Amino acid sequence: MTTTVATVKGGEDGTDSPYALSHLDALESEAVHIFREVAGEFERPVILFSGGKDSIVMLHLALKAFAPAAIPFTLLHVDTGHNFPEVIEYRDRTVEKHNLRLHVASVQDYIDRGALKERPDGTHNPLQTVPLTEKIQSERFDAVFGGGRRDEEKARAKERVFSLRDEFSQWDPRRQRPELWNLYNGRHAPGEHVRVFPLSNWTELDVWQYIAREGIELPDIYFAHERDVFARNGMWLTAGEWGGPKDGETVEKRLIRYRTVGDMSCTGAVDSDAVTLEQVITEIAASRLTERGATRADDKMSEAAMEDRKREGYF
Amino acid sequence: MSTITTEELSATTLLRFATAGSVDDGKSTLVGRLLHDSKSVLTDQLEAVEHASRNRGQDAPDLALLTDGLRAEREQGITIDVAYRYFATPRRRFILADTPGHVQYTRNMVTGASTAELTVILVDARNGVVEQTRRHAAIAALLRVPHVVLAVNKMDLVDYQEPVFAAIAEEFTAYALELGVPEITAIPISALAGDNVVDPSANMDWYGGPTFLEHLETVPVTHDLSHCHARLPVQYVIRPQSAEHPDYRGYAGQIAAGSFRVGESVTVLPSGRKSKISGIDLLGEPVDIAWTTQSVTLLLEDDIDISRGDLIVPAKDAPATTQDIEATVCHVADAALTVGHRVLLKHGTRTVKAIVKDIPSRLTLDDLSLHPHPGQLVANDIGRVKIRTAEPLPVDSYADSRRTGSFILIDPSDGTTLTAGMVGESFAAPEPVKDEADDDGWDF
Repeated sequence: MTTTVATVKGGEDGTDSPYALSHLDALESEAVHIFREVAGEFERPVILFSGGKDSIVMLHLALKAFAPAAIPFTLLHVDTGHNFPEVIEYRDRTVEKHNLRLHVASVQDYIDRGALKERPDGTHNPLQTVPLTEKIQSERFDAVFGGGRRDEEKARAKERVFSLRDEFSQWDPRRQRPELWNLYNGRHAPGEHVRVFPLSNWTELDVWQYIAREGIELPDIYFAHERDVFARNGMWLTAGEWGGPKDGETVEKRLIRYRTVGDMSCTGAVDSDAVTLEQVITEIAASRLTERGATRADDKMSEAAMEDRKREGYF
Repeated sequence: MSTITTEELSATTLLRFATAGSVDDGKSTLVGRLLHDSKSVLTDQLEAVEHASRNRGQDAPDLALLTDGLRAEREQGITIDVAYRYFATPRRRFILADTPGHVQYTRNMVTGASTAELTVILVDARNGVVEQTRRHAAIAALLRVPHVVLAVNKMDLVDYQEPVFAAIAEEFTAYALELGVPEITAIPISALAGDNVVDPSANMDWYGGPTFLEHLETVPVTHDLSHCHARLPVQYVIRPQSAEHPDYRGYAGQIAAGSFRVGESVTVLPSGRKSKISGIDLLGEPVDIAWTTQSVTLLLEDDIDISRGDLIVPAKDAPATTQDIEATVCHVADAALTVGHRVLLKHGTRTVKAIVKDIPSRLTLDDLSLHPHPGQLVANDIGRVKIRTAEPLPVDSYADSRRTGSFILIDPSDGTTLTAGMVGESFAAPEPVKDEADDDGWDF
């Protein structure tokens, strides 16, 4: 026996309209809308560009949003000094290809002049916040695009698309503006700025599918290659001048690839033989680990590591 | 997940839905089960939850820790704000606006529902339709969410009896239809035991409908263009001024409703100037037709003055412009909204000065009665508002267009988002409250 009150239909035929967008088209259109809102409402926007896949997708979307004109934004890279050479090479080539202007905020500069101290663990990732926020202040950037996605981490799931930061770049999760419809509110006082996340609603898989669909070039380290690595905290790290391997850690040659790109000291590689986009997508779809869980040591420092860093001004 | 091919992944559509939660109705369990059973909770996330639960001395993993992402939320065991979650099945991708169920429910639910195509309203099968259920239904109706799911939860605690479900479904359906909710699907579930959430329940063979997830996967994502007025709020004017494109002048924006075709006659509001579409660029590629939620660039035959904030509409279907807006609003800020309040109003891509001329009524969500002339609206209040704008705006009725019929009010002093507005009549004002102050007119 079936119950009769279960469904009251509104006269639809039960199928998606031919005008429904595919999920990638819907995400793309939403991100482009966000870029154009910022271009229309802010004076000095900047895109955080690390040469990682999320910022590469952001740049690609920005280029499409303003085509055939140039994008009305500059780029900013917070250089930890522990970069993968392939990524820096990609960064510089991309900047030149699109005739963009790149600002660099350098962690090493801060360390060299004594404004920041090296950490005992050698990682520079948590040190990025000060150079980033000071650069935002000195250049008077009023909108800062970040490639952060809400699926990355549970504190990020609470992040707004337009996220107001005070004059110290701090995030206060309890005082966020509700975001209604697609009416983003970018009002801010002098000295404050807005972090803008056009990829908020994208997942790691969406990013990879979009890269495949659009034929976007990536740095080689995203694909399987042989590399000298050593194990630390359950991750494969690349040996380098930043302080690894230490005593008792042995270097071995493995077939690996990176799921994220960041500071070499805390970004781990995963074992992989995926050399094409199709293989990478298949691998991620089957993975039982999140992107950050697999590869980021800095998120494991405490239960609220991401929230705490975001409060301080991290992106 | 490993069996999904790349092609299948690309062919999917996106469904945005919201949950309407009240305390103890099992919403966290339902969300947790959806994420878990759709394999969206990965090993390291589960390990983190198990680790944190053990540290607190709990025996079993507390799945609420999966969703409560902030320090204060974990410390106090409450959910502070809307969070957005993502999961996918081979048939569809989902964005879930997970709205908390504590006292600040109204603004949070309004926020979540504003972008949702479907709202889930949970009830406890033991309690049936309660005040909170009626509030949720009223908000879903106000926000005109196209699909509503009534999830009758905890069926395991009523021995999976059909009459219990049927009575609740019937009562709710009658109530929600009266409010104007266009489509209601009632599903008997047990989020805890997993009945009818992802897999069909062996305990309720009397139920012939889809499981909860199956319904989410198959509910049509509708863009019924034939009944829509085409609208393009101009976001940005693209002028390359390059050697390659010396004369290119394109009006970029996301189509808010309907569709546009090359060759169509259009009017630009508020100026009223007319032209014809000479080309449409879809992110760099020329197309003949473009439709709602696509971000496009329109090229016009005539070189007329158009800038950010203007609205391009078909010449045969232009809305009237007005400086006097009547709307149903939900006040979302902590400070009150009062008569005489000077605000900014953002509608589409245009932000104008405005003044709150009158607050004719406040809606009591419990029984949907109208409280006349409340004097002010405080956080989470829903009420009718009359607003005078400094410039004429081409507004649609929210009933016709969720995008061009909505607006937000902003505090000009500190930028706070004050109020969410929906233009025109709402179900909540079947007989408009007589406004005695109306005789004064609208002159400044």
